[in-house]
Amino acid sequence: MKKQLIVDPIKNGTVIDHIAAGKSFAVAEILNLKNLDNLLLIGMNLSSKKIGKKDIIKIENKILTEDEVNSIALISPDATLVVIENYEVIKKYKIKIPPKVHKHIVCPNSHCITNIEEVETEFDVMKKKKVEVRCKYCEKKYGIEQVKFKF
Amino acid sequence: MKHFISMRDIGKQEILELLALAEKIETGKIKPDLSPYLGALLFFEPSTRTHFSFDTAIKKLNGKSFSISGTGSTSVKKGETLADTLKTISQYADYIVMRHSIEGAARFASEILEIPVINAGDGTNQHPTQAMLDLYSIRKTQGTLENLHIALIGDLRLGRTVHSLVQALHEFNPTFYFAAPRHLKMPAYIIDELKEKNIPFYEVEDIKEILPKLDILYVTRIQKERFAVLEDYEKVKDAYIITAGLLENVKPNFKVLHPLPRVNEITTDVDKTPYAYYFQQAKNGVPVRQAIITKLLQLA
Repeated sequence: MKKQLIVDPIKNGTVIDHIAAGKSFAVAEILNLKNLDNLLLIGMNLSSKKIGKKDIIKIENKILTEDEVNSIALISPDATLVVIENYEVIKKYKIKIPPKVHKHIVCPNSHCITNIEEVETEFDVMKKKKVEVRCKYCEKKYGIEQVKFKF
Repeated sequence: MKHFISMRDIGKQEILELLALAEKIETGKIKPDLSPYLGALLFFEPSTRTHFSFDTAIKKLNGKSFSISGTGSTSVKKGETLADTLKTISQYADYIVMRHSIEGAARFASEILEIPVINAGDGTNQHPTQAMLDLYSIRKTQGTLENLHIALIGDLRLGRTVHSLVQALHEFNPTFYFAAPRHLKMPAYIIDELKEKNIPFYEVEDIKEILPKLDILYVTRIQKERFAVLEDYEKVKDAYIITAGLLENVKPNFKVLHPLPRVNEITTDVDKTPYAYYFQQAKNGVPVRQAIITKLLQLA
């Protein structure tokens, strides 16, 4: 039987592979992909030799910034990033959880100074069973699913 | 050490150095001269005892200070940002002592100002000078901070004092006992930190059983206004009242501490026992705050 690609290839852009199954919408939300005009393909619950089931996102004509990549790592630490040029893989790497996240997480604590004065947030990242982040200012700790991202 | 913001920033060695400095100041071995320095005591959230304690600490070392209490007398009321208020005041003062209801306000101040900032309480977050005076009181009464059995009772959820104190004791091999009404228990993040560091702790219902084991009993007020249902408050309030009669079988070195103000959680008959230490504890705030100011101004 002819092997068929379930998700079409892209000519230039980024593929985020091995996203934990069911997390692709969260990744799309973090990267604010709904506001992009670029061609965007999201595959969910694809079979994977590595992790059983996986999600995948392909974004044409967009190279992710380091901050964006780091944020993906927080919710899907096993994801792989692939940069495509002219249908060829030119770079492939496993993303890593950063020790700190600057300015891209909104502190959920309404009494935190970062929600009152003009000040960039900074969160320490702690990985145990689940990823948790702690605000440098109010020192409150949150599960990664409790925080919102902004870019 | 440029600022004094959170117990998270301060390691065991720095804690011990500050306590030693406070002791030298209290015993008169050194007398730092604060006379060239003007401190701004910015109590955006009003306070009496912490405010007075800082003011006393400064004046007893011949320093000068000016104060605000509440936001009524500042341009914050006119819509000025906190950043602008602080930057303006910092043009006049040599250091700032600040209490604010917004969590992280003191850390923010320390990042935008050139002069030292001391956190005198930021919302429900930190009250590090209280933690330091608690440590000073514990060391003074026990001769050490190491290997102590310490119980904290009352409102453990919302009291920033107890959170700062537990964190401050992490590196001194403590054993903790916590007793609190169901919905005023120690927050999960404090408990998690203890588990991560393998620090033994016990959550207990009845404090009578543990009293003979204790070196320190740290009492906080159970705030009636925190209870949605008055009946719930009535059920638990007496379980956390310390009376002289309860203290019959305690160790000779045992002491009762309280950050004050108390309401009825320690009855006045305890005041006459050798175990009451809460008023001396308040007094200890003076040398401890003097030591912190002295350190930040690099006078010792």
